[in-house]
Amino acid sequence: MFNAIDRDAERQRVMNRRTLVLGGLKAGALSALVARLYYLQILEGDHYTTLAEDNRISLRLLAPSRGTIVDRSGVPLAVNEQNFRAVLVSERTDDVDETLDKVVKLLPLTDADRRRILRDVDRLRSFAPVTLRENLTWDQVSAIEVNLPDLPGVSIEVGQVRSYPFGEQAAHILGYVGVVSEQELQNARDPLLSLPGFRIGKSGIERKHDLALRGTAGTSQLEVNAVGRVVRELARNDGQPGHQVTLTIDAKLQYYAQQRLAEHESAAAVVLDVQTGGILALASHPSFDPNQFAMGIPQDLYDSLIKNEASPLTNKVVAGHYAPGSTFKPMTALAGLEAGVDPTHRVFCPGHYDFGGHTFHCYKKGGHGPVDMHDAIRMSCDVYFYDLARRIGVDRIADMARRFGLGDRTDLDLPGEKTGIIPDTKWKRRTYKENWYDGETLSVAIGQGYVTATPIQLAVMCARLASGGKAVKPHLTKAVEQEYTEQTAWPDIGVKPEFIQRVLAGMAGVTSAGGTAYAARITQPGFEMGGKSGTAQVKRITMAERNAGLLKAERPWKDRDNALFIAFAPVQAPRYACAIIVEHGVGGSSVAAPIARDLLLEIQLMEAARAQQADAGAAPSAPIQVTPTQVTAAPALPGEGTPR
Amino acid sequence: MINLDMGLDPQSNMSLGEKLGQISWSLVLLITAVACIGFAMLYSAANGNFDPWATRQIMRFAVGLVLMLVVALIDIRLWLKFSYFLYGIAFFLLIVVEVMGHVGMGAQRWIDLGFMQLQPSELMKVTLVMALARYFHGASLEDTGRITFLIPALVMIVAPVCLVLLQPNLGTSLMLLMVSGAIFWLVGVRLWKFALVIGSVLAAIPVIWHFMHDYQKNRVNTFLNPENDPLGHGYHIMQSKIALGSGGMFGKGFLMGSQSHLNFLPEKQTDFIFTMLAEEMGMVGALVFLAMYALLLVYGYVIAMRCRHQYGRLVAMGLTVNLFLYMFINIAMVMGLIPVVGVPLPLISYGGSSALTVMIGFGLLLCVHVHRDVRMSRRGMSDF
Repeated sequence: MFNAIDRDAERQRVMNRRTLVLGGLKAGALSALVARLYYLQILEGDHYTTLAEDNRISLRLLAPSRGTIVDRSGVPLAVNEQNFRAVLVSERTDDVDETLDKVVKLLPLTDADRRRILRDVDRLRSFAPVTLRENLTWDQVSAIEVNLPDLPGVSIEVGQVRSYPFGEQAAHILGYVGVVSEQELQNARDPLLSLPGFRIGKSGIERKHDLALRGTAGTSQLEVNAVGRVVRELARNDGQPGHQVTLTIDAKLQYYAQQRLAEHESAAAVVLDVQTGGILALASHPSFDPNQFAMGIPQDLYDSLIKNEASPLTNKVVAGHYAPGSTFKPMTALAGLEAGVDPTHRVFCPGHYDFGGHTFHCYKKGGHGPVDMHDAIRMSCDVYFYDLARRIGVDRIADMARRFGLGDRTDLDLPGEKTGIIPDTKWKRRTYKENWYDGETLSVAIGQGYVTATPIQLAVMCARLASGGKAVKPHLTKAVEQEYTEQTAWPDIGVKPEFIQRVLAGMAGVTSAGGTAYAARITQPGFEMGGKSGTAQVKRITMAERNAGLLKAERPWKDRDNALFIAFAPVQAPRYACAIIVEHGVGGSSVAAPIARDLLLEIQLMEAARAQQADAGAAPSAPIQVTPTQVTAAPALPGEGTPR
Repeated sequence: MINLDMGLDPQSNMSLGEKLGQISWSLVLLITAVACIGFAMLYSAANGNFDPWATRQIMRFAVGLVLMLVVALIDIRLWLKFSYFLYGIAFFLLIVVEVMGHVGMGAQRWIDLGFMQLQPSELMKVTLVMALARYFHGASLEDTGRITFLIPALVMIVAPVCLVLLQPNLGTSLMLLMVSGAIFWLVGVRLWKFALVIGSVLAAIPVIWHFMHDYQKNRVNTFLNPENDPLGHGYHIMQSKIALGSGGMFGKGFLMGSQSHLNFLPEKQTDFIFTMLAEEMGMVGALVFLAMYALLLVYGYVIAMRCRHQYGRLVAMGLTVNLFLYMFINIAMVMGLIPVVGVPLPLISYGGSSALTVMIGFGLLLCVHVHRDVRMSRRGMSDF
């Protein structure tokens, strides 16, 4: 017993000792826990607090509504419309397929749509809405709303989509919006661009003023849980909606111009304010519907636009460059005047001009007989200008043309703008490494040969003439938000006013009795226009064709002459200038001039009505009904040829 | 000692009243206080609701409290007598779950009793301690010095550990090993034998690694490098550290733990409840909690030291080590000190099995205290 007690005591001594060691180990382990706690909570506390905030708060961007684009009197040209879309939240339905089957009865969904929807359902979190279809019609929206009880998980969401009330009519000015490309995303700092579905201006005004129109992103601070589900909104900043952009365009005139051009296969027209350079109408036909671009254009439609021979996507006012033909003659005349040529000097026109072994023809077979400068402009006598050009040389003509804005890009920033070509001896050497042939000067004199110009350049040239030699520049933007940017005082281009007056008088003669465009004159007193017609060869007329007397209308459309016309009005104190081209329209004075007449008369009548309204004290901002008014046009006189 | 010398046995036949008087009511109060922290945390975990966790946990605790007292009042000699039997039952249940247990969380671990799910591995944590205590109750230092004497005990350990590993439940099997190791240590097994075993285990690690399940490998990898995979396996630990760290000195306030309430914290009502406590109560609250826990451990030590028989000492020490291991593994895990192992925090975490076994453990601890002076022969039951 004693032995047992002794052994028991010994055993307990060992155990007590070892218990102490064990206790020490536990105390050490406990200290490690406390140390770790101190490290995490005190030493690294701030770091983890930051991480916790990041965890908790998710910043969502709110897309601001895009600024509207309006015409000069406030008529909306580009607005935002509600876009209804059907969405499906997959966690609210037991069977996605079954729900989709029901949806299909109300909304046509293609197999591709369905595949995309099912893919999104798999990919996204179960509470994230998956878009079933966008741009629902009212009927579709109401059909779904009525059937919502049978469509678990389906709901209608409202978004914004860009809408162009004028559709095709202003497409080339406004451009369109589209989704952000990969490349644009890389170079941009604006976080908005990474917002899914966000659209930016891709062309035209939408692109030029994209930053102003875009606005700034709003933010919504959301408290989210670990799976991203929104618990509540902590703070919200709605951001700045985009600025409104006011254009110099007159919606009514624009609409009318586009309608007027639609009578032809392919044409362009531009009307501008002579004093400000503000573009009142800029029409290019055929056109396209930018609304389709805003919603995402179907590939087949896009392909058909691309393939169309008349290139609807091309804005011909700036991106079409044409031989200006006789509309260039005022430049030749001015160059002559500045070179000291006597305008009263007469040149005999026998219908052709022989030079350097070549025969240069006048469009009038029998010739004009003796013509001075005034007659030459009025009747568009080619031989007079051959002679004039030969005397002064191409460089003077080119210099004059450049001072009038030809051969140079405008600052419109419209897509695809061309510079056109104003050739001179230096240009020839630079481009072709060849010397200039004098014969080429003769072609330049009548706006053929190497010379090309865009309609906007021709309009600017006309405006600069009509303004008495001011370097008017064209522009489309009148104001961004409230900041008016219009300029009215323009530098002088340094041509003697009397020279310009002489050319303008000649151009006034074009629409007077005996002038080439007399048939297309404006008869209303005080509204009369002056102008210059041009019929530019697209394809050289061979001697055989000339001899055969091939009728121009019988040639293939693509080979027919372009019809051009530049004009200003009113003649006494010009306010408006315009340039018209009808591709392959054959007759400048017969086809292009009537369009110029209609547009210039329309704008003058409108302005007169406005002035009257303003005088009567009526609110000038009365809603403007945009429908083309009946245009009073002079009846075409029978028996007149098709002069250039 | 004096009592023993006098050959008296004042506790051998205590009345129920005497036993109730002997219960350490201060320990019961401490246990209840710790459990109340648990209720509060479960209330917070449910975003300020008693449902679904706090109410059920309170009810379970009430049941557990009664069970604890019943266990405490049963004569310790009866526990000694039935130690092997209870161990046998737990072992049998382990085999049962292995054969036909439910599949949950990728591991077969529990038997559905209807009102709760019973994890035999949890039961084993208590019964293994009892069985080993019984085995070493009568062993002298000479006995424990003999390897042949140790072999049956080793079998008693290794067999359930293997079954638990098969489930597979790495955490519990390691706990079983560590508790057994602690008992071996206390009964005087030589240090070099431990060194030998530990050495051979370390050598076997590559082999063990080979046989480990992918999810277990991932857990170890995640532990070694949690930032590598912040949305995968490292996610839990990252989020837990963020929650803990962002608590700071004084915490975000009760019910204000953004990490926990926004579900960034996984399993916040079970394994990661300490994280939520530290997030909402800060370092101060966590230290208070740890201090209370340390006090529980001190109680276990004092009870063991004051016990006059080897069985009671070993049971008290074993259960204290068990409690410590639960707490340490859980807290070290949520703080990113050790790999993620699914070990609950006793008295705090929501759950059935562990709460039950922990309360039984406390009951046995109290029982040892009540019967601290009971006379038991070294050879077992002869005096009973």
